[in-house]
Amino acid sequence: MTEYEKLQQQMASGKISRCEFLTRASALGVAMALPAGLFSGTAAAAPKKGGHFRVGMGHGSTTDSQDPASWENGFTQLTFGYGTNNHLTEILPNGQLGPELAESWEASPDAKVWTFTLRKDVEFHNGKTMDANDVIASLNHHRGDKTKSGAKAIVDGIIDLKADGKNVLVVTMKSGNADFPFVLNDYHLAIQPANKDGKIDAKSGVGCGPFVVQSYEPGVNAKLKRHANYWRSDYGHFDSAEVLTIADVAARTNALTTGEVDAIDRLDIKTLHLLKRNKNVKIEETSGTAHYTFAMLTDVAPFDNNHVRLALKYAVDRKALLQNVLRGHGVLGNDHPIGQSNRYHADLPQRDYDPDKVKFHLKKAGLSKLKVDLSAADAAFTGAVDAAILYKEQAAKVGIDINVIREPNDGYWSNVWMKKPWCAVYWGGRPTEDWMFSTAYAEGAKWNDTHWHNKRFNVLLIQARAELDDSKRRAMYTEMQSLVRDDGGVLVPMFNNYVFGTNTKVAHGPMGANWGMDGNRALERWWFKA
Amino acid sequence: MVKILHLVAQRLALGLLVLFAVSLIIFLGVSLLPGDLCQEIQGQAATPETVAVCRDELGLNLPAHTRYLHWLAGMVQGDFGTSLANKRPISELIGVRLGNTFFLAGVTAIIAVPLALILGILAALYRNSLYDRLINASTLISISFPEFFIAYILILFFSVKLHWFPSLSNVSPDTAFGDRLYHVLLPALTLTLVVLAHMMRMTRAAIINLLASPYIEMAKLKGMTRSHIILHHALPNAWAPIANVVVINLAYLIVGVVVVEVVFVYPGLGQLIVDSVQKRDIPVVQACSMIFAATYVLLNMAADIISIVTNPRLLHAR
Repeated sequence: MTEYEKLQQQMASGKISRCEFLTRASALGVAMALPAGLFSGTAAAAPKKGGHFRVGMGHGSTTDSQDPASWENGFTQLTFGYGTNNHLTEILPNGQLGPELAESWEASPDAKVWTFTLRKDVEFHNGKTMDANDVIASLNHHRGDKTKSGAKAIVDGIIDLKADGKNVLVVTMKSGNADFPFVLNDYHLAIQPANKDGKIDAKSGVGCGPFVVQSYEPGVNAKLKRHANYWRSDYGHFDSAEVLTIADVAARTNALTTGEVDAIDRLDIKTLHLLKRNKNVKIEETSGTAHYTFAMLTDVAPFDNNHVRLALKYAVDRKALLQNVLRGHGVLGNDHPIGQSNRYHADLPQRDYDPDKVKFHLKKAGLSKLKVDLSAADAAFTGAVDAAILYKEQAAKVGIDINVIREPNDGYWSNVWMKKPWCAVYWGGRPTEDWMFSTAYAEGAKWNDTHWHNKRFNVLLIQARAELDDSKRRAMYTEMQSLVRDDGGVLVPMFNNYVFGTNTKVAHGPMGANWGMDGNRALERWWFKA
Repeated sequence: MVKILHLVAQRLALGLLVLFAVSLIIFLGVSLLPGDLCQEIQGQAATPETVAVCRDELGLNLPAHTRYLHWLAGMVQGDFGTSLANKRPISELIGVRLGNTFFLAGVTAIIAVPLALILGILAALYRNSLYDRLINASTLISISFPEFFIAYILILFFSVKLHWFPSLSNVSPDTAFGDRLYHVLLPALTLTLVVLAHMMRMTRAAIINLLASPYIEMAKLKGMTRSHIILHHALPNAWAPIANVVVINLAYLIVGVVVVEVVFVYPGLGQLIVDSVQKRDIPVVQACSMIFAATYVLLNMAADIISIVTNPRLLHAR
């Protein structure tokens, strides 16, 4: 009996949970062609083909383009990222990893060399059959000194990409990374056909996803039709689709209620109770990894003193913030960035508003009073200024004077974030612990927005990254979460839910929470009821 | 006639000067905003390296005056350049949207201008009557509400409750004319309500102003009917102020309807310039503002010509 079969048996007999099964299987390097019927209860009614699906998105700007390196907002992610393109792997609705263009993969024992076996039956929109060279060209689009890609940082660890025959890709990494296949689901890393010069034509919009671009007017709409030779039969049910930019939330809601679109993202949570009365509308909510933070630069006084940081962390009433800023559509944060949908989310005691502990830590820091500036703008997240002002009031009761500075929305990410000692930040979160920590908490990381460096944490990060044993990894990630929570410069008051809506014609299976709109895969996963 | 042509030539030359000044001011203004295109586009995901590569590629490292002169040189040859953000030719980017903007402005003008004139003339005709008060009050109310509010009210009644019109005006170049008209009717109606009061009241005021003149008194004494006096004696002399107000409102319909565009999701120029300013896509901002400035210059010139044609006395200095 192979290890995989053992796992299957344990799973079927209920000895291990589904989640555990999947993580262990993925640690084995097995691409999960999931045994049918093993997971009861998740199978929905069989999807139906056909129909014209229209979706209104709050994002989308006239300055957008079809170049994968430039995708950053919800419109491009949903339309191109996952609508017209495929990736090597897919983050499944349950947060685990499944195969997409890569059939299977395995890692060397040190997790440095990854070998991916690619599907042979994948056809691009232009008729070309996908092979390893296309994958290499697509990944190279985000690598090197010349790239402007938003994904540059996540493929930086790749030293070498090599084709071994037509359908095998060998990736060599600088250091071991057990989660590397997860990274390949990132929306930027779309696989597109290579030209003769070994590069992709990034503006062509040719991919191998379920839909083909018929017309695209940036900031207005994209019209798509089904890719006739799409390799996958269980995805891509609509005959055609249209994605519209509807920036105004009232207009978006009207479009849904008057039946001009079938689904919209980013509902207005302030009027959600009114929308609930409409019988033709279904409100969907997923809780993922997206979260709000107040990031302190730990190398700038007074935030260089951990007692000050802890005092500030105890001086915020998270429940009130969640209730007022998100109207309860979120989850309390516990001062670390790992969400409940992450695999190794640690169940640490919830940090609460605690005036005694604030006084204790202020005393330890040798301060009787504390006065700090907090920079915020709604560019950080909707309601950031309100959240900061609420926090100011809460902290004032325990002797901390927070001076809220309202920053301009323009240039917030360039001039305020990582520049001002304490500011409001939004993180979409990452599907794996390592990805999140290496992006914003590791020493030397470009987006380490707290300038935090904790020796133990950085050692653990490297160890855990290359560790293929699940329980050891869990222990390491648990320790790392408590390190961030108790020593880090980040205050995480809450995780925000993705709240979106569809009309009652739209059907879907279990939904992914790595992004809104079913992991932004609504176009390929959803279908119309009969 | 020669004098009018002379005037037109003079105005056009001055207009070019105005355009040049506007382009300089817009360029400086956008340059003064914090952040540049590369930072704005990459947002939170920007790193110093990727921003540097992006600036290098787009030539944003060059000094401001070099970039401006480069743009000006292209512009003089009729080349709008390409958008920095998505590399598409600006003429292509603007073309469709400009058409949409003109279409919406045109439909609105066709509804609003005759309506305003008729209502204004009637108000002058029946001055201080119940009708006069009613039409004054209602147009003043509609102009006092913000555009988006009027738009939402119209959407609530005409599309949510009655299902007569769509709440989205998403037209595309291949939309048929009739369909297009149907789609822009609600936004056109919104804009009509916004611009009506100004034109209506100006028409009324201009005519009433003239009704006190001696020649109108004469006409009255000759026993002419009130409507004949207003249409044949007062109105021709009132065209100048009316034309001025009408063109100001027409210009507004072209340059200032971004709120209505957003609410109805109508792909016009307003949304383009807002997006481009946000992302610091200077060539697109410049191109849009040139069009807007040219609209003002040309429409104002048209108003002056109308004034002169209807009242040749204006050609002669007193």
